[in-house]
Amino acid sequence: MSIDLKTIKHISKLSRISVDEQRAKKLVGDLNSIFDFIEKLNELKTENIKPLTSIAETTLKLRSDEVQSKNIREQIIKNSPQDNEDYFVVPKVIE
Amino acid sequence: MSEITKQSLTELVESIKNKKLSSSEITKAFIERSEKSKALNAFITEDFTSALDKAKKFDQKPNLDLKLPGIPMAVKDLFCTKNVKTTAGSKILNNFVPTYESTVTENIWSEGAILLGKLNCDEFAMGSSNETSFFGNVQNPIDKNLVPGGSSGGSASAVAGQLTPITIGTDTGGSIRQPASFTGIVGLKPTYGSCSRYGIVAFASSLDQAGPMAQNVKDCALLQEVISSFDAKDSTSIDFKRNHYSKDLTNNIKGKKIGIPKEYRVDGMPKEIEDLWQKGIEYVRDCGAEIINISLPHTSYALPTYYIVAPAEASSNLARYDGVKYGYRANGENLIDMYEKTRSEGFGAEVQRRIMIGTYVLSSGYYDAYYLKAQKVRRLIKNDFDEAYKKVDAILTPSTPSSAFKIGEKTNDPVSMYLNDIFTVPVNLAGLPGISIPAGHDAKGYPLGLQIIGKAFDEQNILNIAFAMEEKINFKNKINDWWIK
Repeated sequence: MSIDLKTIKHISKLSRISVDEQRAKKLVGDLNSIFDFIEKLNELKTENIKPLTSIAETTLKLRSDEVQSKNIREQIIKNSPQDNEDYFVVPKVIE
Repeated sequence: MSEITKQSLTELVESIKNKKLSSSEITKAFIERSEKSKALNAFITEDFTSALDKAKKFDQKPNLDLKLPGIPMAVKDLFCTKNVKTTAGSKILNNFVPTYESTVTENIWSEGAILLGKLNCDEFAMGSSNETSFFGNVQNPIDKNLVPGGSSGGSASAVAGQLTPITIGTDTGGSIRQPASFTGIVGLKPTYGSCSRYGIVAFASSLDQAGPMAQNVKDCALLQEVISSFDAKDSTSIDFKRNHYSKDLTNNIKGKKIGIPKEYRVDGMPKEIEDLWQKGIEYVRDCGAEIINISLPHTSYALPTYYIVAPAEASSNLARYDGVKYGYRANGENLIDMYEKTRSEGFGAEVQRRIMIGTYVLSSGYYDAYYLKAQKVRRLIKNDFDEAYKKVDAILTPSTPSSAFKIGEKTNDPVSMYLNDIFTVPVNLAGLPGISIPAGHDAKGYPLGLQIIGKAFDEQNILNIAFAMEEKINFKNKINDWWIK
């Protein structure tokens, strides 16, 4: 298996990370060497093995849905990259 | 003053309880040494003024019943600390100030400890040398231009360099044990579910665990006792009976069965690692433990499995960094363009690489071939340990396949960097506890570590084995304060 430049551009789109031509070419090399290494798993037959999705195989506990942190709106908004008292601001999404 | 920073956590706690030292004196000593140790680049954020204030307050009304009374402590910058900047070593969180405290650090402060500052680490804990941090390399106190390991590199450097009496790191594939081994200190990765993940910047949620990094096993046991707790705010936190790890610590390991896995004798392993391992085997035998040869047949599949599972979870966890609610934002022509530029400029190369691997293995058409396959192999790796633990109480291995390497030596080859974690990664995949203790030096005088792996929730047992071995090994770190002018 080999990952080409087109695949890198597709993954970059899915990851929402823009990459320029030079960086994309570097990623082709990096990802191919990593996937060569990963391919080792194909040596193993795993048809009848149950996937391990969580190491803590307990049922999730429920807890009541109560507000625990109150009056922190100002602090939270303060971390926003663009200043605004009431909202998070993003570039215009509708024309 | 310098004498204070040489003391272990246990000694400092004693000194405060006996009123030989005040919290202010201790805090001042560590701050003064840290001020002279900027060349190590161990801190991302210093919180010294506030630490001195807190120490003064403690001294005015000392509560000596606490486990960490007035003890100053710096922590890895992956733990959210309320009102103190938390960056995860990334440009994308360069200005992030949490509005809440992680459960693990909350547990530490409620036992009387005082925050000194936030320690450098690989970006989002992705790295084995601390070279992926946006805030620059960390120097290993052992030698100039030597990596301290990673991702908890700043934490390891700060403990070995005596900038903090003890610290906490996080371990997803070896990020506590490998840097502990590289800097000649003790590092414990607890059982998955033992310490709450609430408020820790997430990397790979099915593998991440917080744990102590200390000068000796007793200090390590004491901090583990403080940080391990059931927490409803972490859905995978496990409610089990936790020991008083420091009080219950014993060097009596007579009759314990210690497994030696043949698959850890990897190709190209330096002879000095093999020799160290043999010495370790002799030490535990001297302590009255029984050595049993075991097999963990899927060991060589652990790293490939990890490099599917961890990036997959990371790509999902890191989707939240989009420049909208917090962190770095780049200007874009429209919303999508803003996302793409923010993430391209905000994340470093290694983080981008892992997000892309993760995105790829989870993408349509590849999920079964990679992600599902890796989850199945993960089961096989866990089964290996389950089988082994029918015969033994714990497993002894080297911590790393080499001693610390030079800065820049492995940055161009991701796979050779990943191989650092060959002995630590299987432990995370199986959710087990593992401790690295300093056990000797290589020809260059760099420290080497041995790892003891336990059964799930059996932290006490591996701490006891480590404690018994520590006595026999009598390790002395060779540090000459080269960075202090």
